[in-house]
Amino acid sequence: MHHLIVGAGPSGVIAAENLRKISKSSSITVIGNESHPAYSRMALPYMLAGDVGEKGTYLRQSDRHYDDLGIEIRNGTVRTVKPDSQTVMLASGESVDYDLLLIATGSSAIRPPIPGMDLAHIHNCWTLDDAYGFVSQAKAGDRVVLLGAGFIGCIVLQALVSMGLQLTVIELADRMLARMMDDAGGEMIRKWCEGKGVAVKTGAEAVGVTKHGDHLDISLADGTMIAADHIVCAAGVKPNVDFLNGSGVEVNFGVVVDHRLQTNVKNIFAAGDVAEGPDLSTGERQVHAIQPTASEHGRIAARQMSGDRTPYGGSLAMNVLNTLGLITSSYGLWQGVDGGDRSTVEDSAHNRYLRLEFQDDVLVGSLAIGLTQHVGVLRGLIQTKVKLGKWKKKLMNDPSLVMHAYLECMHGTR
Amino acid sequence: MYKSLLIDPAKCTSCLQCELACSFENEGVFNPAKSRIKIFEFEHGLRSIPYTCTQCDEAWCLHACPVEAITINLQTGAKEVSDSICVGCKVCTIACPFGTVNYNVDTGKVMKCDLCGGDPQCAEACPTGAIVYVDSNWTGISRMQESALEAHRSN
Repeated sequence: MHHLIVGAGPSGVIAAENLRKISKSSSITVIGNESHPAYSRMALPYMLAGDVGEKGTYLRQSDRHYDDLGIEIRNGTVRTVKPDSQTVMLASGESVDYDLLLIATGSSAIRPPIPGMDLAHIHNCWTLDDAYGFVSQAKAGDRVVLLGAGFIGCIVLQALVSMGLQLTVIELADRMLARMMDDAGGEMIRKWCEGKGVAVKTGAEAVGVTKHGDHLDISLADGTMIAADHIVCAAGVKPNVDFLNGSGVEVNFGVVVDHRLQTNVKNIFAAGDVAEGPDLSTGERQVHAIQPTASEHGRIAARQMSGDRTPYGGSLAMNVLNTLGLITSSYGLWQGVDGGDRSTVEDSAHNRYLRLEFQDDVLVGSLAIGLTQHVGVLRGLIQTKVKLGKWKKKLMNDPSLVMHAYLECMHGTR
Repeated sequence: MYKSLLIDPAKCTSCLQCELACSFENEGVFNPAKSRIKIFEFEHGLRSIPYTCTQCDEAWCLHACPVEAITINLQTGAKEVSDSICVGCKVCTIACPFGTVNYNVDTGKVMKCDLCGGDPQCAEACPTGAIVYVDSNWTGISRMQESALEAHRSN
């Protein structure tokens, strides 16, 4: 049995490790198109900030890890998939056969479709090579415009400030972290960032970039012009699916997979950022381009590819972020649901905020700012869909009792 | 055979000796805020529950870690955080559905119970036997009581 995994990020590698755990004898090949050992994008901001070196971003710390497990790691770019012959074609012209194929090609950074985005000194901070490219050019005191204040933007923001750069953040949406924070939370984060010397422009649309002497000019829709030495683009990511053209594998935004992480094509599975799989909260298909889902998908895919047909309940949207020391997290349906209930507590003076969303007496989503202790119980409550009973009312009055509610509802303590 | 922390909330008097012992052992300070075991009080202190990591088999924290900073201690079965590898991304703190991995703002790393390498100081410090360190498969009530007594005698 030859398992072929395309993509050597966390999801692909974790799938390979779990396939090996299940079968000692199968042959496992992972094809990746970056020239570094498997690393985690989650760790890149810490490398930018100088907290760790390249090795500190590696998914596995032992140099012999893959050899020890008998997992072949190949460098290459897959150009096409041919399900009829069960082969993939590489850019080098080679073909590789498979019995079962896992697509774990992750996602790539996108740039806004505006003129000038191909100029020098415009960077992504998405790959290890991006990080090296940026570090080699940016020096303390340089003016940097960060395009995008979503999850990735805000995680990079922290690194950019610790590099000593003068930062202006431009965000198209009307608040920072539009997809993981509400208005109140977004405002708290904005004030926090401004208090740390970062200029923040929300509801601001960049319409073009031009080179002006030794720097770049960024034009905004309202006519404002901002000068910068570098632009860091964090305008979002999209699944890497182009190589599937003509393969017959169904692609929507990501690769469409079912409750077994199987695609519509026999013997082909998908996992991680590239997969559009079941969302635990809604039951709908969704791309969750986050580390916990990459890891979970990798383990589930390995089990499914080994014949376990237990359906996967789906991934839970979750994020945690440190923006210049302000810690935010979100889970599940934090925007709330129709006919549901909301409970919030806000302490602006201490930058603390908690919002809980309920459907009947079940917690379905949450937002938190400044919460660092026992955050995970929010996942526990949401994921298990435990009925809160009398604790629903208590939490409506005081959401900060969530740990007490958890202990009583989950562990049945009396 | 691994041993586990067995917690009997009915015996807890909320004296916080476990929190003090834990924070001193692991962080070098007597400070409940730095403890990896926490006492939660109900009904204004009439009842209290000591709570910490159970070193669960699923190991959600370990699987979620993007840099292999969390590994299993093969002697104790504890999932341990390596401070030198942890980058402080906090993904484990949201991945653990038991909420027993916490972020330490002072160190910029996460922290969780590591069973003190096999000599858990919370159990050592607990004066009432509410926290004992026993063989993992000893789950029957009588055996729990026996082991609690034994643990008590050996103190």
